[in-house]
Amino acid sequence: MPRVVVDVMLKPEILDPQGQAVANALPRLGVSDVSSVRIGRRIEIEFAGEPDLDRAREIADKLLANPVIEDFSIRVADAEDEHP
Amino acid sequence: MTARIGVVTFPGSLDDGDAARAARIAGADVVRLWHGDRDLHQVDAVVLPGGFSYGDYLRCGAIARFAPVMESLVDAAREGMPVLGICNGFQILCEAHLLPGALTRNQHLHFRNRDQWLRIEAVKTAWTNTFQPEQDVLIPVKNGEGRYVADAHVLDQLEAEGRVVARYQRGNPNGSQRDIAAITNEAGNVVGIMPHPEHAVEALTGPSLDGLGFFTSVLKHLAGVPA
Repeated sequence: MPRVVVDVMLKPEILDPQGQAVANALPRLGVSDVSSVRIGRRIEIEFAGEPDLDRAREIADKLLANPVIEDFSIRVADAEDEHP
Repeated sequence: MTARIGVVTFPGSLDDGDAARAARIAGADVVRLWHGDRDLHQVDAVVLPGGFSYGDYLRCGAIARFAPVMESLVDAAREGMPVLGICNGFQILCEAHLLPGALTRNQHLHFRNRDQWLRIEAVKTAWTNTFQPEQDVLIPVKNGEGRYVADAHVLDQLEAEGRVVARYQRGNPNGSQRDIAAITNEAGNVVGIMPHPEHAVEALTGPSLDGLGFFTSVLKHLAGVPA
């Protein structure tokens, strides 16, 4: 069944302490060349029929993302998104 | 006639019992409201209590906002009914667009649970009219996602219009912008506060009795409104 993928990210100007905590842990892995980590959320929606991007956009705008602090992008899942 | 204060219970609400108790101690008739029931049962004011409605899934308050009771509540609030959102209730009010801005994860990532000094800056709202201007109060704070954020324009507007209800004193527990702990809408009937006034209403269980002022304020406000 075709899915719609919604990616939700904190806006660039919104502090992401979770991302910072991850970035701060990287040196413990021996990684020293990462300057920033930002954490977002990926949501997959399956429609009963054909994927409806307009409907998905409405869902994202009203519920999945909070436009005050987050941006979102929407696309129909492609072959690379298929789960093994 | 005794004012009727409704306290909403969502799945995952924790402080609905304490909020009801605080309203009762202040002298109100308490009406317990259920998230799935859109009927507000003729209450005069509503408290949205703290907790983790719907497990805080997606974002704090994001799913509670669409509960049936919220449809009636948003309409009533827009018509002037006093609404107090405490902690998770504040998050729900922001998600429902009754208040501007959002509450995000604490800057230091720690859950903060302590007694917190606040300065009451707006004393004309439905929920703070019994406080003195600039009065310092001691009320418990307990949150993991209590950092108030809004864009600079909104923050400037809140300050210019006197809508910052309370600011953290002697240390900001979560990194809130401009130390904001509580705000109100333009009309002053809707207030969102991150700390918990309902936990500071009795000497036995609270650090002070300062929280009671929020509940006596709304009773005074309601008594002054012509029927």
